[in-house]
Amino acid sequence: MNDFPRWKSVLVVVVLLLGILYGVPNLYVQQPAVQVTANRGATIDEALKERVQGVLEKDKITFQSIEFNKDHMLVRLPLGASDDQAKAVEAMKTELADQYVVAPNLASTVPAWMLAIGAREMPKGLDLQGGVHFLMEVDDKDVLDKQVQRYTDDIRGVLREKNIRYQSVNRGAKGVVVQLRSAEDRDAARTAIQSKVPDVVVSDGPGSGDAFVLNASVKPDKVREAALNTIRQNQATLSNRINALGVAEPLIQQQGESRIVVELPGVQDTAAAKRVLGAQATLEYHAVDQDANAFDAMRSGNVPPDDKLYYMRNVGADGRKVPVLLKKKIIVSGDEMVNASSELDQQSGTPAVSVQLNASGGRKMLDFTTQSVGKPMAVLYVERTPEVKVVDGKEVRSTKITEEVISVATIRGVFSTRFQTTGLESMKEASDLALLLRSGSLAAPIDIVEERVIGPSLGADNIKKGVYAVALGLAAVLVFMAFYYWLFGLIADIALFFNLVLLLAIMSAIGVTLTMPGIAGIVLTLGMAIDANVLICERVREELRHGSTPLAAIRAGYDKAWATILDANVTHLLAALALMTLGSGAIRGFGVTLFIGILTSMFTSVTVTHAFTHFIHSRRRKLKGLSIGSGYTDRTATA
Amino acid sequence: MEMFNPNSNIDFLGMRKVSLVISLVLVLASLALVATRGLNYALDFTGGVLIEAQYEQPVAVDQVRAALTAAGIENAQVQSLGGTRDVSIRLQPQADQKDVDAVGKTVMAALQKSRADASLKRHPDFVGSSVGDELKSDGIVAAVFVMLGIMIYIGIRFEKRFAIAAIASEFHDAILTVGFFAATQLEFDLTVLASLLAVIGYSINDKVVVFDRVRELFRLTRKAETYDILNKSINQTLSRTIMTSLTTALAMFALFFFGGPSVHGFALTMLVGIVIGTLSSIFFANPILLWLKVSKTDLMPVTKENPELARRP
Repeated sequence: MNDFPRWKSVLVVVVLLLGILYGVPNLYVQQPAVQVTANRGATIDEALKERVQGVLEKDKITFQSIEFNKDHMLVRLPLGASDDQAKAVEAMKTELADQYVVAPNLASTVPAWMLAIGAREMPKGLDLQGGVHFLMEVDDKDVLDKQVQRYTDDIRGVLREKNIRYQSVNRGAKGVVVQLRSAEDRDAARTAIQSKVPDVVVSDGPGSGDAFVLNASVKPDKVREAALNTIRQNQATLSNRINALGVAEPLIQQQGESRIVVELPGVQDTAAAKRVLGAQATLEYHAVDQDANAFDAMRSGNVPPDDKLYYMRNVGADGRKVPVLLKKKIIVSGDEMVNASSELDQQSGTPAVSVQLNASGGRKMLDFTTQSVGKPMAVLYVERTPEVKVVDGKEVRSTKITEEVISVATIRGVFSTRFQTTGLESMKEASDLALLLRSGSLAAPIDIVEERVIGPSLGADNIKKGVYAVALGLAAVLVFMAFYYWLFGLIADIALFFNLVLLLAIMSAIGVTLTMPGIAGIVLTLGMAIDANVLICERVREELRHGSTPLAAIRAGYDKAWATILDANVTHLLAALALMTLGSGAIRGFGVTLFIGILTSMFTSVTVTHAFTHFIHSRRRKLKGLSIGSGYTDRTATA
Repeated sequence: MEMFNPNSNIDFLGMRKVSLVISLVLVLASLALVATRGLNYALDFTGGVLIEAQYEQPVAVDQVRAALTAAGIENAQVQSLGGTRDVSIRLQPQADQKDVDAVGKTVMAALQKSRADASLKRHPDFVGSSVGDELKSDGIVAAVFVMLGIMIYIGIRFEKRFAIAAIASEFHDAILTVGFFAATQLEFDLTVLASLLAVIGYSINDKVVVFDRVRELFRLTRKAETYDILNKSINQTLSRTIMTSLTTALAMFALFFFGGPSVHGFALTMLVGIVIGTLSSIFFANPILLWLKVSKTDLMPVTKENPELARRP
């Protein structure tokens, strides 16, 4: 007889081996390391390695190795050298100063061949490694305000352009309120606005006597689009700023429609982190001084009195900074910009960025361009970060200003509110520039709506407790099962152990972040996964009681229990699915663990135990009983 | 070893009047408790600032409260963090609370004014009130989603009466578990919400096993008295019902005692839920089925198409 086909046995062996292979990386202990990332203009090369080696040798810090990765250099320190890690970070920071970002990190010790096949350890959540967690929210009201302001200007422009006489165009509670003097004017205005400003909904407002009112409100999807854009801009600028903070593996993620999660592992100083996150960015348009040579000015330090020396954001082909001399006078500033978007230039078909200014910005731009056709104009990106330093025991507040030229272009004609920057190399460059322009102009303020700090010792403590809980939970269930179901219990135990291995393997392979709720999910899975085996064992016992032969009892037990197991697990999966879709990250971690755990448990408790049961019992031809802990066992049957 | 009499034939349904009345009373009591006392929502849901302070010498919660009131800090919730020297102070969200560090300093100044041995245990946590509100509504949506999904699945795999009985049991179990939190005023945080949904999952698992047996017995038995079938199903699945709750409880005990404070609420909710879910599988779900008049004909597999329909072109 062959209840259990060979291919299934092969499948079980293959899956268990894969499970071990992909689960094992979690046993490798991470070692302290220091990660060095290059800032703009700096490179990671042998010279840097020598500098770092010099520093470490001078301070007598022993290190294991220095290796180069894609975009950073990693200095590995011996296991347990966390004091040395702090010292190394300090020493390297002093040596490398502003050119590089130096951050403490934990480096994986998983062998390269394992990493190559995607076997890696599970990333740990903030609650297991310590750090700060921020939830930031875009101020929706501010986004709407800015939109309304923009359309107020637009509508005024349209009315003027069409020569429609109006009494006033003002911002109202929910949109733009236009007051006109006659019904004819109102009709004309409505038609004009509807055709020229398609993003607003126009309706007649309550008028009295000779006041004729039109209400224009911003379409809801436009407001949402603006909020989403704000999120994207903020996400991009936040990543730039956090890089400067020296965090090895920051997490910056959009959550919902108007929130950004920022998690900074290893960071404990929330105040410093908040200052960096709260930096303000603005834009300034300047004329480029063509009479003086910027390279000379950089070398000699002689800058013409009306000018200031800046550097391009992108380094030159030789890896050096590119200087630019700009006139000090600001033509237009970021708060006068309405929008910037990347597009394909319709005439040349090349990538371009189109910029839109408001009315006052447009007038200034018109004045300037009338006199300056053929001359270059530059965009300066300015970021202000408040800083607090302690000098002689007193807090000294200052502002760190970062200024970079993000674009230089020649003025090809006279323009006012709308113009294009062309000649960009790729669509990526165009969208990067547009993003920078926008983040320097209309980025709505984002507020911190959640702030949590997990101390590093608490994280380590949580890991220890989590491991204990899993081990003891597993042990308790194993002992109980073996005690109650004898051999069948032991088989179920092996399956349960492999369930844990498979669960960890799948979580690691797909990169589920392990959190405390996730560990709770693992323990819960261990307790519940055995349910399938209880069902099977009880069924087999029942069949034995009904007088079935041992092998028939096994077959019937597995067959009959399977339908029940399937129904019970599908409903349970539905519950896990709901947990996965439930907002917050920590709970999602629990849901994901539960979901994967239910799937793996169906495989291990049914297929794996069946394979073992089959392997043990099919060889014995004259089977008199089963060791399943009930009255009808080997012992009593033979007695 | 055998803990249960395999041929047990306890008349569980005979106790249905008593058991259903007890269930009803408990559900009403839970609802009343939630309505009157409410839940002790944690920072996750209420928003606000959470400050943990540590004293060198034992301190009474009232003393901490008094110190805060003396400094003009109103509406602070003070709780002991287990032991006599650690307290947590929760402040309601306020518009001017943007600077958490400043709030922490104010509170600590107030505490130190009355007792010099007070110190900040760790950096204060802050959650905006909008975040908490959203979590609550997300939680309700998730619970409704679970219930609907389960109802549809059971409706398809079994029959609509089973779906109704399952959902009634789910509500029963969820309400009683929430009632436990209202009665004890233990903190209701995000992990408790998660485990509440896990309780629903656990409990439905339990019900499905019993229902499965009901279906099987209805199909096997020629002369099927609903009352007997339902009673038999409970008895025949009794050992597995209790075994599974024992193994799950064992695992949760490990988590409760060794998993640390962050999963305490989770493990406790599960333990309470396991007890309630197990009892409702035995005493609540099947009486509801009987009350809904489930019969053999409801469960016979549909073998033939309607002949009337088949004849049509």
